[in-house]
Amino acid sequence: MSRHWIGDTLASDGLEAEFNGLSVPLEHSFELDDVAKFQLRGSLMLKTGREPSVSLNQNQLSEEDRTKLKEVAAVDGLYRIRVPRVFLQADKQTEWQTEGHLTAFVRACAMVESHLSDVITLHTDVSGYLIGVSIVTLPGACRGIEVEDEVDLEVFNTTLSIMAPVNAPGPETALFIQRMEQEFEKKGKNPQEQKSFFAKYWYLILGGAIFLMVSNSAQPPAGGGREQS
Amino acid sequence: MAAICLKVKEKTEVTTTYFLFLRKRSQTAAAMAKLILLLLKCILFCGTVYAVFEDQVGKFDWRQQYVGKVRFCHFDGHMQSSKKVLLATESNVFAALNTRTGEVLWRHVDKTGPEGNIDAFLQNGQDSVLVVGNGRVLRSWETNIGGLNWEVVLDSGSFQSTCLVGQQGTVKNVAVLKKTAISLHYLSNGHQKWIENLPDSDTVDYQTVYSGGNGEVYVLGVVPHSHIAVVAFSVDDGEILKQSSVEAPWLSSIPESCQIVDQEMLICVDSTTMSLYTLDLTLQLQMNQIPLQSLELEVDPDFRPSLVSHQPNPAKQPLSEFFLQLGPDRYVLLQFNSGQIVMLRDFKPALLVSFATTGEKTVAAVMSPKNKTVSIVFNVLYYVAPATQASTINLYNAETGRRLLDTTLIFTMDPNGGKPERLNIQAFLKKDDSVGYRVMVQTKDHALTFIQQPGRVLWTREEALSDVLTMEMVDLPLTGTQAELEGEFGKKTDGLMSMVFKRLSSQLILLQAWIAHLWKLFYDARKPRSQVKSDISMENLSRDEFNLQKMMVMVTASGKLFGIDSKTGGILWKHYLENIPSNAGFKLMVQRTTAHFPHPPQCTLLIKDKDTGLASLHVFNPIFGKMSHVTPPALPQPILQSLMLPFMDQDYAKVLLLIDDQYKVSAFPSTKYVLQQLQEMAPTIFFFLVDSSQGRLSGYRLRTDLSTEQIWEVILPTEIQKIVSVKGKRPNEHVHSQGRVMGDRSVLYKYLNPNLLAVVTESTDLHQERSFVGIMLIDGVTGRIIHEAVQRKARGPVHVVHSENWVVYEYWSTKSRRNEFSVIELYEGMELYNSTAFSSLDRPLVPQVLQQSYIFPSSISTMEATLTEKGITSRHLLRIVSLPKMFLDPRRPEMASEQSREENLIPYAPELMIRTEWFINYNQTISRVRGIYTAPSGLESTCLVVAYGLDIYHTRVYPSKQFDVLKDDYDYMLISSVLLALFFATMISKRLAEVKLLNRAWR
Repeated sequence: MSRHWIGDTLASDGLEAEFNGLSVPLEHSFELDDVAKFQLRGSLMLKTGREPSVSLNQNQLSEEDRTKLKEVAAVDGLYRIRVPRVFLQADKQTEWQTEGHLTAFVRACAMVESHLSDVITLHTDVSGYLIGVSIVTLPGACRGIEVEDEVDLEVFNTTLSIMAPVNAPGPETALFIQRMEQEFEKKGKNPQEQKSFFAKYWYLILGGAIFLMVSNSAQPPAGGGREQS
Repeated sequence: MAAICLKVKEKTEVTTTYFLFLRKRSQTAAAMAKLILLLLKCILFCGTVYAVFEDQVGKFDWRQQYVGKVRFCHFDGHMQSSKKVLLATESNVFAALNTRTGEVLWRHVDKTGPEGNIDAFLQNGQDSVLVVGNGRVLRSWETNIGGLNWEVVLDSGSFQSTCLVGQQGTVKNVAVLKKTAISLHYLSNGHQKWIENLPDSDTVDYQTVYSGGNGEVYVLGVVPHSHIAVVAFSVDDGEILKQSSVEAPWLSSIPESCQIVDQEMLICVDSTTMSLYTLDLTLQLQMNQIPLQSLELEVDPDFRPSLVSHQPNPAKQPLSEFFLQLGPDRYVLLQFNSGQIVMLRDFKPALLVSFATTGEKTVAAVMSPKNKTVSIVFNVLYYVAPATQASTINLYNAETGRRLLDTTLIFTMDPNGGKPERLNIQAFLKKDDSVGYRVMVQTKDHALTFIQQPGRVLWTREEALSDVLTMEMVDLPLTGTQAELEGEFGKKTDGLMSMVFKRLSSQLILLQAWIAHLWKLFYDARKPRSQVKSDISMENLSRDEFNLQKMMVMVTASGKLFGIDSKTGGILWKHYLENIPSNAGFKLMVQRTTAHFPHPPQCTLLIKDKDTGLASLHVFNPIFGKMSHVTPPALPQPILQSLMLPFMDQDYAKVLLLIDDQYKVSAFPSTKYVLQQLQEMAPTIFFFLVDSSQGRLSGYRLRTDLSTEQIWEVILPTEIQKIVSVKGKRPNEHVHSQGRVMGDRSVLYKYLNPNLLAVVTESTDLHQERSFVGIMLIDGVTGRIIHEAVQRKARGPVHVVHSENWVVYEYWSTKSRRNEFSVIELYEGMELYNSTAFSSLDRPLVPQVLQQSYIFPSSISTMEATLTEKGITSRHLLRIVSLPKMFLDPRRPEMASEQSREENLIPYAPELMIRTEWFINYNQTISRVRGIYTAPSGLESTCLVVAYGLDIYHTRVYPSKQFDVLKDDYDYMLISSVLLALFFATMISKRLAEVKLLNRAWR
């Protein structure tokens, strides 16, 4: 498994660490009429290079936003996020950004009911392009529970990770051959194999012989009796 | 024994519904099977036996062989009694048909694509000479048995033309003209006699080669809008005998507007000057212009006139008579007579003309519509035409233009077929030395009809079926009587008396039908067996007991639709759609099944022009092929995506949504009720679009005003990889076991996401070290990437099957140079997240992903998974080799442990051996399989499989053996006689016991 789980909860060590990556905006949108109007939610710190990692520095929801989110949740609207398309392997700053955004969504009510605890995953392709983003909340269901406490909707509780594609396994010939060899050796060592046919199956032959003898001796009276009658 | 039985029970409990559907007999049988399995602990038990017994061949399966659209056709004429017609087709097939039956005598299937393209076909006696692959190969076939005489690889160069070259009445050579050179080959062994470069080949476009049998080969070239270049080569050594150029500023293409008649006389027709031009190739002075007006002829406006000539024997000069086509339905027969052109006969209306030679006699065949009104209808409005259109074919003496007596043949056109396209005449001499003939008519729908005088159709071949693009299987309807009974329960408003009366009447009808059936049985019993068969017709089409017989609706590239009976393979209906663009894409959808009597079943075909994206709908009844009275909506905008919704309108037709390029949605049927339903359901309707040119996958949600909004987007950079296929799951598949029972009796639950998409990508970098195949599993609703993997050092073509909780894909490993299989399975884990319903929006946990790969020793052209009624039968992957899914299981352990044995897991072996019993088509080769279609039947054990491509093959497969069917050779006699004997024995022994008791009582 070559997944890279860097689950940074919140922006604790975002900026102070020595950082040679790039920072891209994470934007969100939740509107009553469902027309996307993206606003800054936080910034993603992406560390480029062979093993990319990510951390997040995000703002709190304002009072106004909190009420809006609740309203949107009430009409079963969507909570969308987007990140710009980024190339993580580039050396120069000018190269990393490409056209367009990657978007994902979750139901606004799920966002509210989970008290803003979400899991955001960024997916890259083999060469390090960001190809997709996904968001789920934990728990994911909308049960219609009222969230009274305003404080619960203030701070995002985000689990963030970046994932590169897994290398799919090829046919495992080496292990198989090894196993075959082991079995072969086992067979070779096993002294039972060397025994002769009679030595191996003497009990079967004996059993068969006894059975034959018994059945032979038992049959004549019964069978003979029948024939005569 | 008892202990083991208990164990069995435990096991069956978990696979819940498994045995409930079966009859009691099979239940015990299956339990016995499990018992045996446990007793023996036999790990390799699962290799289901497929092989058919010899007497079962053709019992459950059938195969139809096709050749494709005919490009060249020759009747085998070297013997008077020959029964062969040789065809070279656009599907790169060279075949011989039996003219009596229409069956394929032999067939050679070449490579697909331009490499196997048949450029030219020459026939001489028993030899057929073919130029293949744009002049790459020259082949000679022996026509009797279809053996290869010889094959030579020609020098590179674009192929232009070929002809047979004869001398002194016998044909010995074949000349092949290429862009820059001409070569002459011996007909006997293919050896090259000589090859010569053509003079000025950089300026002159050489197009035609001709030989009249006098020791010279003429090569004609043209410099467009300037002059004709004529070069004469000597047959013996390739020496240029003559070379000249003649002014012809009006000429652009020789094969299109010129023909050679009489003694080396080139005749051309030009539509701008309305004239015929003649040129004597031996003298090569100048073109002689003969205005058509001088012959009192006139060309139809906007019509490009053309010429038809005939050379009966390549070693002799062509006929001096030729046809000139002046309009779509007008031909004139002209004769070239010592520098003059004489008109012999004017044919109007005439649809098609053809020459044919037998012995020394040459005749001209002309097809004309039977009456004038039809011919008008023909050209203007095809759908106003009467139900049956008839044409007549007559023979005329080619030299005089006189009609030959008693040669009329009536060709009745199929109202569901296309217009005739070409005539192929097989002429023969009768005993009284008059000319008789048979004709093979080629129609626009790729059908071949072979007709004998006076109009008896000997056979018809539907060659459109060689190019099936998509198909569906539809259940047959219930019989009228069954439907009557069903209808009784449908209405509940009637009173008691009328209900009783109704019941009695329907019972009476049933009785009547039964008696009729008995009478038929009695009647048929006296007939020989062969005649009784094959009387499937429209009338007695009805579902059989186990729903094994279905209607196969096939859509072909030519635009012809077929309804085929799946039991016999007989064509029950056909319908030709005219005006289909040549690059059309088709999508066939079943909107209403047969289950909703009295509403007829309904299929909708979406025909989409791939270039413009403009689409149209064809709505029809899949059982009878008739066009539905429902008028499909006009679609003015290009269509991006179509999807069937699972809900129905009040007439039980599923709703089809079409998304146009403005991302607007239209529904069909679009009644008020449907629109209302749509508005209610809009927030739950999601769809996705794939733009592979930009690597963009995007998800949309329907709004209540039927517009859409984009909700997610995933973009794969096209510089790195391109999307090659996106596979969802089939909407009609059932999964009955939610999980897998592990060795320790716990359950591993499957991740069954109906919205999951498997996206396969291939790298743009094709270097064998850096190329890769990517596989991504995306949720189609939320756009969440569930899994992403790359198979390094791999290349396409990738075949994917996606079903239940698994994805199987096959690719080419560039490192090891072999085909490999990889299987991905998704599991939720030991407990289900939300066991009542699946929602993509509420499934936060990522499933466990297991993957394993195998080596496959053969290449694959197409792959499909089996499908059964209730989904409780284990699945197989089909590729005509049927591969049990059990062998593709990422949980196959490295080392067999006690627990994995309990689960029936086969220890991992990197290579998948193909066992001979996995071949479901035993020795029946199927050429160029393009697709496999699987359909469930009424029997849970049985899955119907159709493989289509050049051939069509239908069979049944039993992925878990026939557990619910008694065997074919089941001994009914034995079991009933044993039962009877036991019955009598108990009776007798009872009687004896009674007597004995009585006697004892007396004592």
